[in-house]
Amino acid sequence: MNCITCIEYIIVGVMIISAILAVEWRDLLAATVGMAAVSLFASLLFLILQAPDVAMTEAAIGAALSGAIFIFAIKRTQRFETEEEEKPGWWVRW
Amino acid sequence: MLKRALAIISLLIIGYWLAQGLAGVPFGEDKMLVGQYYLDHVKEQTGAVNAVTAVVVNYRGFDTLGEVTVLFIASTGVGALLWRKKKKRTAKTEGSIVLTTGTTLLFPFVVLFGAYIFIHGHLTPGGGFPGGATIATAFLLLYMAFVQYEIPHRAFEKTEGAVGVAYVLVGLIGLVIGGYFLYDWIWQDWGFGADNIGRLLSGGFIPIIYTIIGLKVGTELSGIIDNMLKEEVSE
Repeated sequence: MNCITCIEYIIVGVMIISAILAVEWRDLLAATVGMAAVSLFASLLFLILQAPDVAMTEAAIGAALSGAIFIFAIKRTQRFETEEEEKPGWWVRW
Repeated sequence: MLKRALAIISLLIIGYWLAQGLAGVPFGEDKMLVGQYYLDHVKEQTGAVNAVTAVVVNYRGFDTLGEVTVLFIASTGVGALLWRKKKKRTAKTEGSIVLTTGTTLLFPFVVLFGAYIFIHGHLTPGGGFPGGATIATAFLLLYMAFVQYEIPHRAFEKTEGAVGVAYVLVGLIGLVIGGYFLYDWIWQDWGFGADNIGRLLSGGFIPIIYTIIGLKVGTELSGIIDNMLKEEVSE
């Protein structure tokens, strides 16, 4: 295994972790940051896979614009998910 | 609980089925004839060096027109959903000094880079959509840094409409000259830039259409940002 491949595996691992965190975090602002991180690492992955144009689009739209629009939407609504009742964690819920 | 179990089982079945189907497809090999055809003929048929944008704008130009239409409908939908009689910016805290200084310094360069991306779409990776999105992020920076800033609405709306019409007009001129919609008359009839392949003034109508798309995407995404940021004020 050469080192480009390990970097790819690390990036994919970080993407999966931040995707799970983006779903799980109750603080929607933090969840937005997690979602933007998925896009950012996806754009890195596109760059490694030699698709620089897709990488540019993903970085501009996925990380910057959609993150900003989510943050504006949170600013207009509310920051935390409401918790009517205590729910079990993700390992039981699904 | 039963529902969950059924959902998981059906997901597993569908996933297994998809994996089985995709396992037979060779990935990254030259099995597709049409891709090789594009790579072989892209220079003589479109005059562009970047095969990706040649496919997007020239061979599949009609699909790109549909894509632009989808973006237009999305922007219109955001505008319609968030429509209020009187909207204003209600932000109170000015951006920090790092943000304001950085924005005033960086804004022209970000716009320049976006314009570079879409003007050189036929030469370097990029094209109208990334270029327009980059320009929109420049306006997003301005919105975040300054409390009072708003985009020049009338100019932006006029530009958006004009470039949307211009795309269809370019296609219709092709229809009149060459017999089908989005016929690349600049390259195929005039042969403009035939001895100039790989430089800026070549590539038929790809730079023109990408300038149109870049302006349209930039103005539309800026409009979406503006719609999301402003809030209703009671009179």
